[in-house]
Amino acid sequence: MSDHHDDEHAREHDLPLSGPALRAKALESLLVEKGLVDPKALDELIDTYETKVGPRNGARIVARAWVDPAYRKRLLENATAAIAEFGFIGRQGEDMVVLENTPKVRNVVVCTLCSCYPWPVLGLPPVWYKSAPYRARAVIDPRGVLKELGGEVPENVEVRVWDSTAELRYLVLPERPEGTEGWSEDELAEIVTRDAMIGVAQAKAPGQGKR
Amino acid sequence: MTTSIPPEVDLRALPALPRDDAGPVFGAPWEAQAFAMTVSLHGRGAFTWREWADALAAELVAASARGEPDDGSHYYEHWLAALEKLVAAKKLVPGQELEQRVDEWDAAARSTAHGKPIELQRRG
Repeated sequence: MSDHHDDEHAREHDLPLSGPALRAKALESLLVEKGLVDPKALDELIDTYETKVGPRNGARIVARAWVDPAYRKRLLENATAAIAEFGFIGRQGEDMVVLENTPKVRNVVVCTLCSCYPWPVLGLPPVWYKSAPYRARAVIDPRGVLKELGGEVPENVEVRVWDSTAELRYLVLPERPEGTEGWSEDELAEIVTRDAMIGVAQAKAPGQGKR
Repeated sequence: MTTSIPPEVDLRALPALPRDDAGPVFGAPWEAQAFAMTVSLHGRGAFTWREWADALAAELVAASARGEPDDGSHYYEHWLAALEKLVAAKKLVPGQELEQRVDEWDAAARSTAHGKPIELQRRG
């Protein structure tokens, strides 16, 4: 880092508001004035999505399904209700479908149009999920995407691609890895990754397999 | 389940996927604000989620049509642009009103000493 900037550069650098930050601030001030949003509610929302919801929620669902066959059945039959048993309810989780991976079928979730994603169980989507390459390629070349993100899928395994919508959200139930017999639900939840629940990778026990 | 391919996708170009680990949810405070405003307005019934998804999708398609690289890093800029258009279409915040307010905040920001809170000069 140089200690010296020319005035012009320093001025731009120091501008506290510019570009989208300026526009967001302007929009927020108008919405607040019109009584359309409450600043406190905005802060609470931000805190919730920054610290309270995330893929750990989904991991608990998956771990329960791995150890409890009755729960697994409920989850596959009525995902929204089974997920609500954990209290994971709310925005963008109103209509959930759980997709079961098997030795013969791998499920992959995408939103081709924008970035629909099951917030209550996975939090907000990662950058790559929102990117044009993923949105396009997941449909055109799912095997290529899987190879890049989570390892190659054998030819004899079917890959199913599911396109999320504003109304319907998907959660992939990955296969329980070998070598996890006798593990507790909490231990199992630790190895369920966000990518496994989007379907681009598999859950793996420590030391199992190489990506 | 779908096998349909959006018409805007160039089949010849299969660009590299960006990767990210579990980083911060929002890259900057304004991204969080844009997100929260949208969710909050939807929560009070200002628009349906379908309307929102359509607005956001339209922005993403338009950015792609302009040839902008869409690796997800400009996602919230598109998000904010979609929100601006949707609130204008819903007559909640007319576009002209927003542009005026942007200019006011811009002027206020430029005339505020570093480290001081920025405040709009309210006209009597």
